[in-house]
Amino acid sequence: MSDVHGNSKFLVGIFDDDDVVLKAVREVKKSGVRIHEVYSPFPIHGLDVALGHPRSRLGIAAFMFALSGTLTALALTFYTEGFDWPMIVGGKDSYSPVIYVPVIFELTVLFCALGMVGTFIVSNGLGPTVKPLMYDLRTTDNKFAMAIDLSKNNIGETDIEQILKRSGAAEVNVKQF
Amino acid sequence: MSHVTSAVRPPLVTGGKTYADVTEDISKQVEGSPTREWTIAFTIAVVVLLYGTACLFWTWWEGLGVWGLNKTVGWAWDITNFVWWVGIGHAGTLISAILLLFRQKWRTAVNRAAEAMTIFAVICAASFIMMHAGRPWVAYWCLPLPNTLGSLWVNFKSPLVWDVFAISTYFTVSLVFWYMGLIPDLATIRDRARSKVSRYIYGAFSLGWNGSAKTWARYEYMSLILAGLSTPLVLSVHTIVSMDFATSVIPGWHTTIFPPYFVAGAIFSGFAMVQNLVLIIRVVFKLEDYITVEHIESMNKVITLTGSIVGVAYLTEFFIAWYSGVEFEAYAFINRATGPYWWAYWAMMTCNVITPQLFWSRAIRRSVVWTFVLSVIVNIGMWFERFVIIVTSLHRDYLPSSWAMFHPTLFDISDYIFSFGLFFTLFLLFSKFLPVVNMAEVKTIIKSSSEKLPISVSGVAKGERVANPTFNKDVE
Repeated sequence: MSDVHGNSKFLVGIFDDDDVVLKAVREVKKSGVRIHEVYSPFPIHGLDVALGHPRSRLGIAAFMFALSGTLTALALTFYTEGFDWPMIVGGKDSYSPVIYVPVIFELTVLFCALGMVGTFIVSNGLGPTVKPLMYDLRTTDNKFAMAIDLSKNNIGETDIEQILKRSGAAEVNVKQF
Repeated sequence: MSHVTSAVRPPLVTGGKTYADVTEDISKQVEGSPTREWTIAFTIAVVVLLYGTACLFWTWWEGLGVWGLNKTVGWAWDITNFVWWVGIGHAGTLISAILLLFRQKWRTAVNRAAEAMTIFAVICAASFIMMHAGRPWVAYWCLPLPNTLGSLWVNFKSPLVWDVFAISTYFTVSLVFWYMGLIPDLATIRDRARSKVSRYIYGAFSLGWNGSAKTWARYEYMSLILAGLSTPLVLSVHTIVSMDFATSVIPGWHTTIFPPYFVAGAIFSGFAMVQNLVLIIRVVFKLEDYITVEHIESMNKVITLTGSIVGVAYLTEFFIAWYSGVEFEAYAFINRATGPYWWAYWAMMTCNVITPQLFWSRAIRRSVVWTFVLSVIVNIGMWFERFVIIVTSLHRDYLPSSWAMFHPTLFDISDYIFSFGLFFTLFLLFSKFLPVVNMAEVKTIIKSSSEKLPISVSGVAKGERVANPTFNKDVE
């Protein structure tokens, strides 16, 4: 992931418990330390709010993609059956939107799902050739890591280490990228 | 603790598992070399697939004349098998989407395998579409492409074209949903991998996932929208499949009850197939602590409900055939129950309506053996349901001079066997190379749904007393 550039030195607090790390985020923030990010093996509810991450706008993207699917399907059915080669089948109008509802619905869902997942992958900087930025390999297993960018904090390294330990970190490591 | 759960809810994870245990127990089968049982099962599946492929090749080479179809019965096993497989393919996305919206925690242990089953079942279903069209090399004619045949387009008023859109959308969205669910687990396996090759392969497929809070928040949001999209999608797919029949004018097909009745039947057979697969998986991979009797019972309840809906639909169809006063419709139904295909009708009635009612007994619902046997019976019954709908509605044409029977040939049977070979080959590959249980999701329910909470939920500090984990520093 491309959220870190150049040489950065991080203090990584390792936590054993999701509830502890959630509480620690608030404590560490209160003591004036700026947290870079928290890494966990599974989603922790409320963590993004505690860290102050803005609400995801993925829903807007999803809606736009869904709308583009609906419009594509409308255009496709209208152009082919109503304009390019009008056909009367079963005595129905050559263009009757009601009978195209299945196709319109399916294309809406298809465009929305693919577009949203594509947006998710791009906006998170994911991709098959992306080298994962792992602060601790155990965060995909059973540990929770709180990364603190030292260059973005005015508090000294040892003080931050103390704050992390006080708020429940089992260990504090240094990680350099 | 942030998770609070009612004490009356039975635990979904037994054995006091920690987060580390979840990773270990589920990753183990991906990392080790294949077991003997797996190798034997895989060999059999591949042999069956090769035999089926040879027969399928002959079917295409010679033409559909090798099947037992005739002028009156123009659809038989091909569409029966297609509808049967598509129906089975309904449980996976139902579990992952509808149960996610309903916040059913038991879905976490079975959704991965059920979604995989869905994808493979839809592939099998699509293979019958290809087969019954007879000329797979012109399958692209189903798509609205500009072409040299004048500017003729596909007929968007035809339910067969709706089917093309419904099945391909369903397949794509299910695949995407499944893959998105796999990414965090693939990252787990990547970070545990010892060999360079597996680190590279799992690394590429995990797309550089690192589990940051921001990514997780977006991920959960995306899963919720995908679930919201997939819920009407699941219902639409079998609705549209049923319209292949319901929009026609054939007595026995031309009924408005088809969409809800087909959807209920699809969920019914899909859950039965999920039961068969997870009952084997939990024993072979020793996952009894994750796929518990509670999970099996929950799925049996769904089977009982949908089976009863199907039963009511059968009776309603019969009543309406009489009540409509249409003699062709009435004859079609009397012929089903008492005509030359009476045995298929009563096999369907017994397997779908009568035997699943045994699940009203709690002991049977919680019995692994009973569940397995009854689930097999459900799938036999659901195959007969489609056979009854298709063949018995067709074989007595309006003119008695056109009446005919359908007799399956070796190729009808072999092409059906082909789909089993395909399905099990794919499923066995999945069960070896991908985690069969969603590790990340199971970890989220450890605290709220464990039988007994481990002393340290993380799993490293085993035996170390951390009564209130907030005071970790005191322990140190």
